[in-house]
Amino acid sequence: MRPRRLAIDDVGMFEIRIHGRGGQGVVTAAELLSVAAFAEGKDALAFPTFGSERTGAPVTAFCRIAERPIRSREPIVEPDALIVQDTTLLHQVDLFGGVGPEAYVLINTGRGLDELGLDEFAASRFRPERVVTVAATELAREHLGRPLPNAALLGGFAALTGVVSVEAVANAIRGRFSAKIAEGNVAAALAAAEAVREGRTVRA
Amino acid sequence: MRDQLEGSQAVARAVARCRPEVVSAYPISPQTHIVEALSDMVRTGELAPCEYLLVESEFAAMSAAIGASAAGARAYTATASQGLLYMAEALYNASGLGLPIVMTLANRAIGAPINIWNDHSDSMSQRDSGWIQLYAESNQVAVDLHIQAFKLAEALSLPVMVCMDGFVLTHAVEPLEIPTQEQIDAFLPAYEPRQVLDPDDPVTIGAMVGPEAFTEVRYLAHAKQMQALDLVPELAAEFATSFGRPSGGLLRRYRTEGAKTILVALGSVLGTIEDVVDELRDEGERIGALGITCFRPFPIDEVRDALAGADRVVVVERAFAVGIGGIVGQNVRLALSGLPPVVYDVVAGLGGRAITRRSLRGLIEDVDEGSIEPNRLHFLDLDWKLVERELQRLQETRRSGPHAENILRDVGVVAGRSH
Amino acid sequence: MAHRPVKFFQVGSFAVGNRLLEEDERSVQAGVERTNALTKGHRACQGCGEALGARYVLDAAMRATEGRLIAANATGCLEVFSTPYPESSWQVAWLHSLFGNAPAVASGIAAALKAKGRTDVRVIGQGGDGGTLDIGFACLSGMFERGDDVLYVCYDNEAYMNTGVQRSGATPPAARTATTKPVGVEPGNAFGQGKNAALIAMAHEIPYVATATVAELHDLEAKVERAMELHGARYLHVFVPCPLGWGAESKDTIRIARLAKETGLFPVFEAEHGEVVSVSKIRRPAPVEEYLRLQRRFAHLFGDPPRTDVIERLQAIADRNIRRFGLLEEEAAA
Repeated sequence: MRPRRLAIDDVGMFEIRIHGRGGQGVVTAAELLSVAAFAEGKDALAFPTFGSERTGAPVTAFCRIAERPIRSREPIVEPDALIVQDTTLLHQVDLFGGVGPEAYVLINTGRGLDELGLDEFAASRFRPERVVTVAATELAREHLGRPLPNAALLGGFAALTGVVSVEAVANAIRGRFSAKIAEGNVAAALAAAEAVREGRTVRA
Repeated sequence: MRDQLEGSQAVARAVARCRPEVVSAYPISPQTHIVEALSDMVRTGELAPCEYLLVESEFAAMSAAIGASAAGARAYTATASQGLLYMAEALYNASGLGLPIVMTLANRAIGAPINIWNDHSDSMSQRDSGWIQLYAESNQVAVDLHIQAFKLAEALSLPVMVCMDGFVLTHAVEPLEIPTQEQIDAFLPAYEPRQVLDPDDPVTIGAMVGPEAFTEVRYLAHAKQMQALDLVPELAAEFATSFGRPSGGLLRRYRTEGAKTILVALGSVLGTIEDVVDELRDEGERIGALGITCFRPFPIDEVRDALAGADRVVVVERAFAVGIGGIVGQNVRLALSGLPPVVYDVVAGLGGRAITRRSLRGLIEDVDEGSIEPNRLHFLDLDWKLVERELQRLQETRRSGPHAENILRDVGVVAGRSH
Repeated sequence: MAHRPVKFFQVGSFAVGNRLLEEDERSVQAGVERTNALTKGHRACQGCGEALGARYVLDAAMRATEGRLIAANATGCLEVFSTPYPESSWQVAWLHSLFGNAPAVASGIAAALKAKGRTDVRVIGQGGDGGTLDIGFACLSGMFERGDDVLYVCYDNEAYMNTGVQRSGATPPAARTATTKPVGVEPGNAFGQGKNAALIAMAHEIPYVATATVAELHDLEAKVERAMELHGARYLHVFVPCPLGWGAESKDTIRIARLAKETGLFPVFEAEHGEVVSVSKIRRPAPVEEYLRLQRRFAHLFGDPPRTDVIERLQAIADRNIRRFGLLEEEAAA
C-alpha cells in the first residue's frame, strides 16, 4: 500500500518534534530528516533544545519542513508529527503537549499501546491510523548491532507520513555515516518503513 | 552551491576561505563547533598556511590575535558570554591599537547565574569597546557577514565582531550557500596592514599616551568607526554584485512602508517577527519590522529615516541595562529624539527563553490596548507571580536562599524539602 | 687563548676589562656595532637594573639573530620608561599590549611569522616579575606548554615597581614593600610564600631555562645567545636590582646583583628540558647580611634590637639554595 503523500503546501509547513535521551541520536535524527527533505527540494530547518553534553538527559529536537524559506526559529509547540524515541519519558516530560488531533505519532516500543497504557489516550486524541509503534531499538540491534533507534524511526516516519521518501532518508543516512554503519542504519530504516507500510505494528 | 549545513560548520568554512593566517581558539559553548571545524581544516591542510593556537583562555585567545595581527597576519578567533568578558581588556586593546581582527561571537547570556543559552547580554556589554558589531539575523547572513567583516576590518583598521545567536543559529541545520574560494579571493584581497612589526622597518607600537594627546586619539577611534556607516553599505552592495544576493548592510526594513507600528530587533528573532508581521498584515494591521544589522557604529540617521513615519516603535531586545532599561531602546530613542513616534522597550528571550509568535502577537495586542506603557522597560513573558513571591520572601527572611532555586521550586522543577 | 697576566681594573670585582680580551671574546656591549636596542633617552631611574638588563639582553639577541627580532613587552617599568610618548627608545620592532598577556602576544607574533614562512625572524616576550609571575602567569604557562617559539625574559626586581613598589609573587621574605610594610607583627613580606619562576619553567620541561644577573654581563649575553640557538619555548629570568624600590644607592646596582648570587639567595644556573645542566658557582661566598645591609627595604632588620632571627631565616634560604643547586665548589679532600 503506497502511503498517502502529504503535500506540504496543503498545510504550509510540516513540523516534527522528536523526544529522546542524550546519546540516542535525537539531534542527529532531526538533522537527517532535514537533509532528506532538502535533498527532495524542500526547505528544512533542524535544531535541538540545547544543553550541556550529558548522556541520558531528556533531549528534544525539532525539524521544520516547508516549500518556502523558513524564517522562524521558535520551538515547535504544535507539531504535525511526534516521534518518541524513549518511552521512559512518558511520565517525565510533557510529550504530547500541543500535539493536535491530525498529528502523526510514532513511538519507539516493542509493546502495544495498551501495554503502555496509551490506547485510550491515543484513541481519544488522535486518528488511529496516524498512531504507530515501531520496535526501533530491536530493529537497530538486529541490523546495526547497537540499540540506536533513530534511523529506524526515520524510516518509519517516512513511510507513515510521506513528508520525505524512505529513499531520501536512506541517502541522508549514507551521507552521514561510514559505509558499514550506514548500511546497518539503512537496513533498520527500511525494515521499519516496510512494517509501517504493511500496517504492521512491529512488536518485539 | 547550497548545502544542508549546521550554522557553525558553514561559518567555519566561510572563515577558512577568508584565509586567516592565525586562528586562536579557546572552547566555550556554543562556539565550540566553529573552532573544532577550523581545527580540522588546519590539520588536513584545507586551510593553509594557517597557525592554529590552542590557547589557555579567552584572554590569551585575543592576546595572541593581537600579536598575530600586529605582525601582519590575518587573525581570527571566536567566543561567547563569559569568554568575551574574560578578554574584555584585550578587546579594548585591539580596537585601540587599530588591529583588524575578526571574531565570531556566539551570543550567550552572562552569569551569574550561569546560563549557556542565547541572549545578547554578552555583545551588548562590550558595545563601547570600539569594536564594530554586526548582528546576523540568519545563518546565511552570518556566513556572508564574516566575509564582509574581514574586508571591513582591514579597510578601516578596526576589529569587527560578527554576532550570531548561540545555539539558535550556531546549532541549527539548514540550507546554506558558502561562496567558493575563488569568489572570496576575488572579493577579499590579502591583508595590507597600516602598521606592522617588521625587523626591516622597526616601529614601536603601544606606547603610553598622556593627557596631551589622548582625547584626540580617542576621537579618531570614534571617527574611524563612524566611517563604517558609509563602508558597510558599500561592502553590502559590492557583496550583492559579487555573490548574487543581498546580505548585510546597516539595516533591513521589512514591510515598513506605511507601517504605523514597527518592531525593531537584532538577530535571529527577526525571522519570527517577520512571520508575525505577515500574519498581522494579512489581518489588516499596518505593521512592519526593522532589523538592525550594524549596531556599532549605530546608524542613527538610517534608523531615524526608517522609523520616523511610524506612530509606535516597539523595540524587542535580548538584553537590558540593569538599573536603567533597554539598550537598543536607548539607542533607538536617541535616533528618534524630537520626532513623534512613541517607543516601547521590551526585553525578551533572556537566557534562551524562546520568543514565540504567540508572545509577539500578544505583545502587539497589549501595545494596541495600551496595557503596556511606553518609555518604561517591559519584560515579555515574565512570570509576575513568581517574582512577587520571591520579593516577598526577601522581605520576610534574611537567609532567603538563591533566587533561582526558590523560583524553580515554585515552578515545580525542584523537589521541595520534606521538612 | 694564550696565558697572559691580567690586571683587575675595578677594585673588589672580578670584571676583566674588555681591552684585555680578543675581539671575539668581548661582550656585545663592547662592540660599536651593537644595536642599542634600548637606546639613550629613556626615562629610567639612575642605576636601574632593568634598563641595563634589557639593553644587554636585546642587544645580544639582535646580534644572535642578525637583527631579525620582534619584541612583545608587558606593561611595567620597562615599557613605561622606554616609551614616553611621543618618543621611543626602542630600536627594535616592539609591541606593548597589556599587563598580563605578553607571553600570549609573543605566541601570536610567532604564529604569524610561522604562517608567513618567516621563521628567520625570532620573537622575544618580556616583562617584569609582576607581569610574568602573577598576572601573566597563565599566559606564560600556556606559551610554555604549547612550546611556542618564543624566548621569554623576566626582569625580576621583586615587586610591582612602576605602581609604587607593591609586593608581587617574586618579593622575597622580609622585604619591605608598600603593601608589606614592617608594621605590626610581620617584619615585611611573609615567609613561605612566593614562586620560583625558573623551577616552574623547568617543570614545563621546555628546551631552555636560565637565570642570570646584571652583574655578570658575559654570562647574561652567553645565555641569550644560547637561547637563540634553540627553538621552542625558552625562559630567562634576570635579577635586576631597583635602586628606588629597594632603597639602594644607584651606584650599588651591580654590587647588589653580584651579592645576590654570591650569598646564594639568587642561584644562577641553566636547565634544559627540566634538568639543571650547568651552575654558576659562587666565587667569593658572602653572608646574606652583606647583601641586606645595602638595601633600605631590609633596614628594619637592623634596628634596635636587630631581627637576627629573621636574618637567620634568610641565611637558611640561601644555605638551602647552595645545597640544592651545588653553588659552592666542592671542598678539596683533606
